[in-house]
Amino acid sequence: MLCLTGDWMAQSGRVPALPPDGLKGIGSGQTLAFDTTGIGRWDSGLIEFLWDAKRAAIAAGASIDGATLPPSAQKLLGLLPDGEPPPPPARRRGLGPLNWLGGVTLEFLTETGTLTTLLANTAKGGALILVGRVRMRPVDLLANIKDAGPSALLIISVVNFLLGAILAFVGAIQLQKFAADIYVANLVGVALVREMAAVMTAIIMAGRTGGAYAARIATMLGNEEIDALQVIGIPVEDYILLPSILALILTMPLLYLYGCLVGIAGGGVVAISMLNITVAGYVQQTLGAVPFDQFVFGFCKSIVFGILIGVTSCRIGLKAGRSAADVGIAATRAVVTGIVGVIVLDSLFAAIATVVGF
Amino acid sequence: MADPKLRKRDESPLLALKDVTLAFGPKVIQHDLSFDVRRGSIFAVMGGSGCGKSTVLKSMIGLLRPRNGSILVETEDYWAATEARRTEIGRRFGVLFQSGALWSSLTVGENVALPLQMFTRLGAAAISRLVKLKLALVGLENAEDQLPSDISGGMKKRAGLARALSLDPDVLFFDEPSAGLDPITSSRLDDLILNLRDGLGATIVIVSHELPSLFAIADDGVFLDARTKTAIAHGSPAQLRDSCPDPQVEAFMRRERPEALTAGKDTSP
Repeated sequence: MLCLTGDWMAQSGRVPALPPDGLKGIGSGQTLAFDTTGIGRWDSGLIEFLWDAKRAAIAAGASIDGATLPPSAQKLLGLLPDGEPPPPPARRRGLGPLNWLGGVTLEFLTETGTLTTLLANTAKGGALILVGRVRMRPVDLLANIKDAGPSALLIISVVNFLLGAILAFVGAIQLQKFAADIYVANLVGVALVREMAAVMTAIIMAGRTGGAYAARIATMLGNEEIDALQVIGIPVEDYILLPSILALILTMPLLYLYGCLVGIAGGGVVAISMLNITVAGYVQQTLGAVPFDQFVFGFCKSIVFGILIGVTSCRIGLKAGRSAADVGIAATRAVVTGIVGVIVLDSLFAAIATVVGF
Repeated sequence: MADPKLRKRDESPLLALKDVTLAFGPKVIQHDLSFDVRRGSIFAVMGGSGCGKSTVLKSMIGLLRPRNGSILVETEDYWAATEARRTEIGRRFGVLFQSGALWSSLTVGENVALPLQMFTRLGAAAISRLVKLKLALVGLENAEDQLPSDISGGMKKRAGLARALSLDPDVLFFDEPSAGLDPITSSRLDDLILNLRDGLGATIVIVSHELPSLFAIADDGVFLDARTKTAIAHGSPAQLRDSCPDPQVEAFMRRERPEALTAGKDTSP
């Protein structure tokens, strides 16, 4: 006989555990009964204790007589299993480092294959547009262009203007020492047009648009919208990837050119206000310092950056999980991959340009 | 010994809606709603799709302030109380949302543990034991370490129910508990609801239009009408089916079209 008295309220912070020797003396074939005459208020705390006692008694080969328990407690106890749940299957132990290496290699190869297929199918869709067999909704392309282009102008303006101003500040302090104030225009122009405007614009777009693409596609995956597209037979590449990547390919070079102009203007404001330079002088010096082919170089880089951001963010969205947390993970991963990818690609461009003497 | 949990049943109403009007901006969803939910009862909010059942539930659980009227919890006006007091009252409520609404970044066990960690002074070991208990009550003792994305729809509902039970609520709200479940799983969930009502002594409010479930478990209810935007009948589902004067309600409860019912009556001798 187990005698229970007092309050058993888990919500008041009390869930007494059955002591290990609590059922000492109860053996096989015996019956555990309860005396609950002195019991006060109770909730899950009592049920938890009774469940412990039930399992311990059954494990010892005894049986339970719950007839003296409150009827509602009897009902709840009846819902609970008699034994402990079976332990989860033990993990297979293998050759750790070798397994890891094999897994990583397989994952890398699979991912490379998937990404290549995705890129090929998207390019095929783009080619079909050129020959007039459009399989993409133009309205989606326009919406994506609006989102990636005009909506991003403000942040592109602010960042590039301040970037140009910072370059001019740094340059002005150094160049004043050599009475070479006018070369601030060269510094700002070359740095922005050749490297900084393209890279900064791409980093902004990776954070802003790439993250949004990944989050949107991951959400669509969670809502089974991607499954619906596949079942109906609409290629995901045409419906989702093509408008997104095309929008970036079309807007990134234009945003780059716009970023160059705004950045040069930012540098000009600092140079003209700090140094002995006129507006006409700054413009003339900039035009002389930055040949047209430098713009072409930055323009081409922007297109490649656009493809990189579009493809990686869409791919990351497509392979995300189906929960809300997975959407956040996909967006973060897309931004990080986009930024790192842009910087790595830019380094490659810089190395190639140096090798070919550009 | 008298069971304090069973003794609660059939006393004064635990919840009462008095002339409640619910609206989203200018759009009125339901107006002048009045009904009582008795302690220990299983109360059904019934009606066709789009009549505002879930909106009524939202106002009862503190997610939508009524435009007019009052919602009384025991004798206290819920929406006239301060936010802190409303939160305190809300801890007496357990809610099972239509999709389970499990927090996807937490395991099933962590979902059940979180309210206990936030609102009780229990230690980690006691919380772990209570989590196991709640999951065992709903038959999910093996799913504690699984993520919501890894379990089936029926398991999600049961895990949501275990979470709703975590703070031993006085009132359990169910939004379409049978939606998306096969008949067997649905029937098991009905049994579980009945067992939990009897075991926990909780009052249960169910929003549903699944007639087999309603007939099996509900002992009181209200029928909402989408056309007139108010309650047009009160009573248990069986009463509404067998003796409701409103032909629309009767037809709904018998799963017939209103015109078929009228035609049947016209041709009867």
